[in-house]
Amino acid sequence: MIVHTPTTEAQACAVVKSVVDSATPLTLRGGGTRAGLGRPAQAASTLSSAGLTGITLYEPAEMVIAARAGTPLALVQETLAERGQMLPFEPMDHRALYGSEGEPTIGAVAACNISGPRRINAGAARDSLIGVRLVNGRGEMIKSGGRVMKNVTGLDLVKLLSGSHGTLGFLTEVTFRVLPRPERLVTLQWSGLSDSDGVTLLSKALGSPFEPMAAAHLPAGLAGDTARTLLRLENFSDSIEYRGSEFALLLGEYGVPERLEGTTPTELWRDIRDAAFFAGSDEAVWRLSLAPTSGPKAAAAIARMVPGARCFYDWGGGLVWLAVPADNDAGAAAIRAALKPLGGHATLVRAPDAVRAAVDVFQPLAEPLMRVTAGIKKSFDPAGIFEPGRIYAGI
Amino acid sequence: MSAIAFPVPDAGILARRESIIAGLARLVPPQALITSDDERRPYETDALTAYRRMPLAVVLPSTTQEVAAVLRYCREEGVPVVPRGSGTSLAGGAIPQEDAVVIGVSKMNRILEIDYANRVARVEAGVTNLAVTGAVSAEGFFYAPDPSSQLACSIGGNIGMNSGGAHCLKYGVTTNNVLGVTMVMLDGSIVEIGGAHLDSPGYDLLGLINGSEGQLGIITEATVRILRTAEGARPVLFGFPTSEQAGAAVAAIIGAGIIPVAMEFMDKPAIEICEAFAKAGYPMDVEALLIIEVEGSDDEMDAQLARIVAIAREHGVSTVKESKSAMEAAAIWKGRKSAFGATGRIADYICMDGTIPTGQLPYVLKRMDEIVKGYGLRVANVFHAGDGNLHPLILYNCNDPVEAQKAEDAGMDILKLCVEVGGCLTGEHGVGIEKRDLMTFQFNPEDLAQQMRVRAVFDERWLLNPAKVFPLEGRVAA
Repeated sequence: MIVHTPTTEAQACAVVKSVVDSATPLTLRGGGTRAGLGRPAQAASTLSSAGLTGITLYEPAEMVIAARAGTPLALVQETLAERGQMLPFEPMDHRALYGSEGEPTIGAVAACNISGPRRINAGAARDSLIGVRLVNGRGEMIKSGGRVMKNVTGLDLVKLLSGSHGTLGFLTEVTFRVLPRPERLVTLQWSGLSDSDGVTLLSKALGSPFEPMAAAHLPAGLAGDTARTLLRLENFSDSIEYRGSEFALLLGEYGVPERLEGTTPTELWRDIRDAAFFAGSDEAVWRLSLAPTSGPKAAAAIARMVPGARCFYDWGGGLVWLAVPADNDAGAAAIRAALKPLGGHATLVRAPDAVRAAVDVFQPLAEPLMRVTAGIKKSFDPAGIFEPGRIYAGI
Repeated sequence: MSAIAFPVPDAGILARRESIIAGLARLVPPQALITSDDERRPYETDALTAYRRMPLAVVLPSTTQEVAAVLRYCREEGVPVVPRGSGTSLAGGAIPQEDAVVIGVSKMNRILEIDYANRVARVEAGVTNLAVTGAVSAEGFFYAPDPSSQLACSIGGNIGMNSGGAHCLKYGVTTNNVLGVTMVMLDGSIVEIGGAHLDSPGYDLLGLINGSEGQLGIITEATVRILRTAEGARPVLFGFPTSEQAGAAVAAIIGAGIIPVAMEFMDKPAIEICEAFAKAGYPMDVEALLIIEVEGSDDEMDAQLARIVAIAREHGVSTVKESKSAMEAAAIWKGRKSAFGATGRIADYICMDGTIPTGQLPYVLKRMDEIVKGYGLRVANVFHAGDGNLHPLILYNCNDPVEAQKAEDAGMDILKLCVEVGGCLTGEHGVGIEKRDLMTFQFNPEDLAQQMRVRAVFDERWLLNPAKVFPLEGRVAA
């Protein structure tokens, strides 16, 4: 295994150019903590961002930060925290779920569009990513977007790169918009609700003027013996008091909520963000994105077809994390059949390589969109050297 | 003005006009096909009225299937297509060409579905921006992006240009508020991208389509995010003796962890123009005005305003004027949102749309003034201060061709300045024809070629809105 570790963009371009003619596939690597995402890709060589590190721009008053792709995510977050700011989208850490080691990088957050519970209100990583620099499959340096948050100049290639899982280019530098950290966080918790009642509560809360920043439902048996329905408020302290009271009034039919503050709810939300309830098991793990009110319906339909399935809900019900036995197709056929009448899509996040090679990890696309997908891949990477097969066979 | 070149019309297409019209007539009902000179004339330009071209024909389909049939036909015949929403583009994004068929979605104006529990609405592309909010406001919801033309502009056009507005500091621009689209590809295929769920599998085609200026396909339906309206909203006027102080106050407010829902800046010429029109009670004895809007309950707004006022005082604010009633609040916004129209009452103008890093504001304001004065013209500035999106209005007399050319040249100099200081050519209006030839200032040939290769995946023969976005020279295929 050859590992290329360029320390400059010019070196990265040279590495790519050196393999284009022989069409030698490259695995793109950040910290390696999320290598289990996508279909298992085989490549003789690795192109690592480990040599491209450092924050290149941070203007707190402009709410913008830029860093080389291999910069540890933790360093970016610490740098922002020192100035009372944060990434808006609460990126998931995959180490718990995969049992992986190493340091997640900011480049992989961009390349895999990694978000967390705040996504329901503050948008995904792709919504905050405002600029990228990358090496395409021709070995050319390409930039898209920039450092300003309003920019409609030309085609938005930033969005294409976000969530491309390395198949379109090797990111060398990424720029994100950031937000102030809230003065205070309070979590409201209702206990003992069914999945559908819990999600109905969350929908009412998200449709209120009181702006919950995160909304999750944990069925009984996942984090304690009773079900927990959770709303996280983030605001100035006086607003938190007011809004907490308003939520208790608005949602009074579900009982009096418990107010959680401090490290306990912080750890709970971290576990929700990281799907840590499924850490250490040998189950396959799926991530279903759908209209929030469809979440419990999909989960119920799947439970009827896949014995042993267990789940929890983030994004007000619109994100269902599902653990199922990892044998055969890991429930793929049943899960996608359950989604068919409801809309949305399912991603197989964790399963043995053989399973991820055999089933569609990402929801299959309609034929015209698959054609477009192949065309976009070719437009960036005509020789097919970056992560071949990582998102779809042949892409 | 005639500085911006159009491609030479294809004589072969012009010669086949009658047969092309006959072909279109077989695909859509008679009332959907416009061919006479008088009826085509309203479609010969958009809000960039200095440029006009009479299209070959105009089609106003009522269904996605009709759009598909017309697109498939145009592709087979090799006829360029110019998609059109309401024709409010300031960048010339909807200006046709003589050898093109305009496909307008204005008749596709139905609200298809409103789902409050999931906070989404599905609408046809010709629905106006404000009509989406109008359809959901009785239940206390709204659609967030709010371009100044929101009374007229369509959701399809908003997606095409990735439109912004005054309130996107908190709520984001169009691309952050669209969850799904139905799009007709050039070959007539109808595709669904996204839906009522978040984040789609595969490449983010939804993100690519937002702001693609009608070059990838025609949007016929959209699923948009609707949000619950805040309990209250209150715009407050802050007058400053200098633009620098106003700029510093904006930076300090953000630095204090406060994100107001809007922070709008106006300089003295803009204040005078807008006050004369809207009688909003703007202070006239200041050099710079910030309209800062806060949201929440009365107590929350009081608390947030107290923080903002304290910061503004540290930065030398000379006037603070709170709206005391809904009418006063509406007048404050009317003045700002009618800035372009009010300017049009006193002079012709061109409106630029560059974005700059907000730290560069004092320098850019000074340089813009020098640039415009250097051409012997005047400029009025309104802009979104929180995100650095500038809208300098360069005043000129359109009946004077020399002055018109100077205005255009001054505008181009300003946009180059925006790029030089680390910003971009356009923050929310789009490239259109207006900034097409400046793209090489922001992007190098490799950047542009990569964009064009992606574009060509959808339209290998450059038939969709072909004269826009990319310089006419040096175009590349897939």
